[in-house]
This record gives sequence, structure tokens and C-alpha cells, in this order.
Amino acid sequence: MFKLKCDDFLTKDEETGAYTMSPDQQVRDEVEKTRWKEIAFKLVTDWRLYLMLVPMLFVYFFWRYLPMTELTAVFKDYYSNTADPASGAWYGLENFITVYFTGGQQYTTEFWMSFRNTFILAFYGLLFGFPFPIILALFFNEIRSNVVRSIVQVCVYLPKFMSIVVISTLAITLFGTNSSTGAQGVVAQLLTAICGENSSLGQIAGNIDAANGSGLVYSTRYFRAIYIVTDLWEHAGYDSIVFFAAIIAVSPTSYEAAQIDGAGKMQQMRYVVIPSILSTVVIMLIMKIGSLLNVSYEKIFLFSTTGGGEAAPMGNYETAYVVSVWANAQSNSVYAMAGEMTNNLLGMILVIGANIVSRKATDVSLY
Amino acid sequence: MKRKMEVSELIFKIVAYFFLIVFALMCVYPFIYAISSAFSSQAANSNGEVVLWPVEPTIDAFAWAFTNSQFWISYSNTIFMTFLGTIWSLFYSILGAYALSKKRIMGRRGWNFFLVFTMWFSAGVVATYANYRDTANIFAAIFGTAGEGSTTLPMYSIDLKWVVVIAMGMNATNIILLRNAFEGVPAEIEEAARIDGATEMQVLTKVYLPMSKATIATVALFFGISRWNGYFWAMRIMGTQQQYSWPVQVYLRNFIESYTSFITPYDVEANPWPYDSTLSMEGCAYAIVVCSVIPILIIYPFIQKYFAKGVNMGGVKE
Repeated sequence: MFKLKCDDFLTKDEETGAYTMSPDQQVRDEVEKTRWKEIAFKLVTDWRLYLMLVPMLFVYFFWRYLPMTELTAVFKDYYSNTADPASGAWYGLENFITVYFTGGQQYTTEFWMSFRNTFILAFYGLLFGFPFPIILALFFNEIRSNVVRSIVQVCVYLPKFMSIVVISTLAITLFGTNSSTGAQGVVAQLLTAICGENSSLGQIAGNIDAANGSGLVYSTRYFRAIYIVTDLWEHAGYDSIVFFAAIIAVSPTSYEAAQIDGAGKMQQMRYVVIPSILSTVVIMLIMKIGSLLNVSYEKIFLFSTTGGGEAAPMGNYETAYVVSVWANAQSNSVYAMAGEMTNNLLGMILVIGANIVSRKATDVSLY
Repeated sequence: MKRKMEVSELIFKIVAYFFLIVFALMCVYPFIYAISSAFSSQAANSNGEVVLWPVEPTIDAFAWAFTNSQFWISYSNTIFMTFLGTIWSLFYSILGAYALSKKRIMGRRGWNFFLVFTMWFSAGVVATYANYRDTANIFAAIFGTAGEGSTTLPMYSIDLKWVVVIAMGMNATNIILLRNAFEGVPAEIEEAARIDGATEMQVLTKVYLPMSKATIATVALFFGISRWNGYFWAMRIMGTQQQYSWPVQVYLRNFIESYTSFITPYDVEANPWPYDSTLSMEGCAYAIVVCSVIPILIIYPFIQKYFAKGVNMGGVKE
């Protein structure tokens, strides 16, 4: 902005020493007035349009932005008023320091544990969850019969539409072990048969723990694998839609040109299909990285706790707890919020960073 | 142009077919298992004998579910939340998306940012819970008598269903899908309608809505499915006490935690089994699972073509 000086809008009358408004400023004022008139005019003519925005803004303000104002409590002294931390004295970053460094076993150790788990689950999710839908889409392209392909697609999209409660119930019964009778789920039986009774997997599958949950699902060791497998099962088919759409959008003339040049089917895939879906792949990869830290906490909540709102941790919590689930289990809401805020701010930085990279690299901005 | 298939191509085709069929079977198998388990007898279920088909078939579990009042209460709550919740979400999303799709609206970038920012940063589970609890308190103060009981889990004198319907199930992605679809409607058609004297609302209902049917169907489906499947926040505000507001997902999870041995051994003293002792608890749990999944299975094949289309249209905006 440019600086305004007194002389810009006032002229001094040298004889009387009085100031009068300069003619330039009068023109500017006129322009300004008409600008406000224009805005008012737009508002009056299009008031219906602005009225249409109101319900959406209302909902988002009350249930997305007001919770963010609750977060101011993390900068305040929790113990001066435990019932309503937001009304306490300003406290600087003390609460963050407690969570990061000085909170002891209950806060610091468990926070960093859950933070690490978030990253590990997210990283494995990306490593396995990203290429798999692309492979599925390439395979779909091989099926020439529309009927067969439709049937297969109906089957593989299906899990995406199931409730997380149903999915966790099925996973717990199929991978798990009945805590009363010791009967193993079908998949656990299969895995035990493959690995052998006395292998570590077989032993863990047969392990019955009355307090912390039995079998593979509630073991520290196998939880991550089960989480990733069920995640693939749930999302891979649906995620392949975008890639498959990119593949069928490849123009037939490209295939013909490749055929005339003597390319076989595999070479067509190598030189025609893959280059033409590459931009979609890059965009989806950037999007995936952007949402890296949004690990599905509802699912992990169902896999690693029991007892409704009170949320008692289960045997697998050392590998299963992610930051949101950890925060949900804390009685001290301020420390929990500080931990969660760290995670969510990092997530936001990742999204914005991914968006900038995407704009620079591919000229495609996601938002 | 018929040509001979290369060996590598043949191998790739075989691998593709084999892999896809195995994966498709894997995707369907758990549901078959759930159905079989619901139809199996108590002994077969508790000994883990069910693999693919029902063992010692019986319909006791379904008979139990259909005569169980809590099941019907939860089921009707879910229908209530899905129906009203989808209408409410669609209402503000369509209006908002329509306004945002107009180039002439002032502060367009600002409104878009307001929306998209919620996709980047969320307040987190703890702060959101505090907000929903306050919302429930405000609803109770307006529509009922104020909450009794502890501050963390008050017993409300209102139906918490309304909190779920109004305050939950927001999705900025869906609004952006709708906005992109509206932006794709040719401006000439709108101008023609305006010359004929159509008002803003008529332009929306007579021009935009019919021309973006596929996207609206998709978005309605997404909202509906997320409402039907909604669990976490309903569970958080209702806890274990507000059983008359429970949706079926909360009931299902609570049933599994209380009465089955899937997680920890069934504790008879803490939760005495109030039903017939010959019933299989696992079978009953699966009967609830099957009943909660059936509506989705019924509508799913019909709308499948819509969502593939809708997602592709609005997926990535260049």
C-alpha cells in the first residue's frame, strides 16, 4: 500500500492558514462512494444468492469453526479452572512442553508412541494402499467382457459402503479368537495352518487374554498387518475407479498407432497406457500424501478400545493407538488437545505443501 | 485385425483374471460368512464351525432380532437420521454450492476458502466432542428440560437424534463436487431461462438440478451412506445410557461388547443375558449385522453406475 500524506488530500490556504479538501480527493471520494454503491447494488440485486449461502455457512461455522475456538484452551492454565479450561489464565506454550517433554509416562511417552504409530500406519497405508488400486485398474482393463467386469466391480466396490462397525466386527471375528471358547476365526485358522501351530503367529492366535482381548487382532505384533489388509480390502476397489477412468479415456487411435508400429499388448501397456495415466497417478499420489496423517481413527478406535465412551485400551494399544484415539482416552482435555493440535497442524502443512508441489510440478492445483 | 496372442500377454491375462476373481471373492466372502453365521445354531457359532455355509440352519437369531424392541428402536432411529439427515445435508449443500458456482458472487474466493479450510485442519476429537456436548446442551435448553446427571455424559430430556441430524455429517468434498457440476452447466441455458423471467430459485430448480442429476444422486448417496453408517460421534454423545436415541450401528457395537466373546469373554454378571438362553449370541450379533447391511445391498447395484460417473466428473479439477 502507498502511504497517504496530509498534502495528498488537503490543500492549505496560505493566506488564512485554513485547510480545504483538494479537488483530487473529492474525485476519490466520489469513486469510493460509487464503489460502495456498487457493492450495495450487487447485494440488493443478488440477495437471494447470498441468502442461499447462509445455511451452509451457519452449519460450518457452528460445528467446524467453533470447535477450533475451543482449542484456545491449550494456551491456558488447565489447573486454575479444571471445569472450564478456556477461562483460565494465559499460560503460553507450557501445555505443549508438558506433552512433548515433561509429562512422564502418561502423557509424553504415550503421546510420542501414538505419534509414531500414526506415521507408521500412514506410511504403510501409502506404501501398500497406493499401488494396489492402480494394479486393479490395469487388470480391469484386461477383462474384455463387460458383464464379467461389471460383476467384479460390483463386488470390489462393495466394502467401501459398509459401516466401520460392521467391518471391524467381521475383521475381529475372522482374524481373531473367541475369548470364551478359544475358537479361532476362519482367516486365523488358515494362517495358523500355513505357519504352523508352534510358530509365533500360531501361538499368538491361540493366546487367550481375558482382560485385553485374544488372538491376532489384539496382539501388538499383528495389529498393523491386519489394519493394512482390512484397509486395502475396504478402499482398493473404490480407489481404482479414478485410474480405470483414466485408462478407458485413452484414445483408441493411440493403440492403433502402437499396433502399426508393431507393439505387442505388453508393449502397448508399457508405452501407451502407463504414460497416459501418469498425470492421474501423480495427482492422486500428491492427494494421498496430503491426507497422510488422517488415519482412520474411528476404525482404530473400534479395534483398540472397548467400553463405549469410557474407552478402555486393549492389548494392541502399543501399536494401534493413533493420536486421536490417544487424545480421546485422556482425562486431561488440555494435554489431549495439545497433542491432537500438533498432529492436525502437521497434517495441514502436508496438505498445503503437497498442493504447492502439485502446482509447481504439474500445473494442477487441487483446491 | 486378428493377430496371435503373445505368451506374455496370455500370462498377464491369466494373472489378471485370477487375481481379480480372488480379490472379488475376498470382498464378498465376509458378508457370506455373516449371513451363514446368522443362520447357524448356537453350538456351531460358539465352536467356530461356520466356514462358508450355515451349520445346523436355524432362523432363531432373526426371530430374536425381529421381536427385540431395542433392535426396532435403533433401526427406526437409523432410518430417521438417514432420511432427515440426508435431506438437511443436501439442502444446505445444494444451495451453498449453487451460490459458490456463480462467478458474480462477491468474496467467492473467501467463501471457498472458508469451506476448504475445514478439509485441511480439524479441531480434533476432543474439541469437537466438547462442541457437540455444548450443542446437545443448547438443544436441551431450547427444546426440552435442561440436562441432568454428570457433565460428561448428561441424560438428556431430548432426543439426541436431532443433534446427529443437524450437527453431524458435514462433507466439504461433496459440496465441491456439486459446485463443479453446477459450474459445468452452460451459461446460455441459464440466460435463456432468465430472459423467460425465471427467478433465482427457478433457475436452480428448473435448470441446474435437472442438468446435474448424476452428481446430485451421487452426493445424496454419499450423504445417505455416511448417515446410515455413522457411528463414532453418535456413540460419543449418546454413550451407553441414551439407548432410546441409539442408531443401529451403536446398538450393534454395544451388543458385541456386552454379550459376545469376540473381544473379551462374555461377562454374565455385568450383563446378564436378558433373552432366551438357547440363542447364540454370535448369531444374534450377525443377525443385526445382516439387517443393517441389507438396505445398502438392495439399493447399491442400482446406483453403482451413478457414483462411478459422479466421482469421475468431480474428482480432480484442473
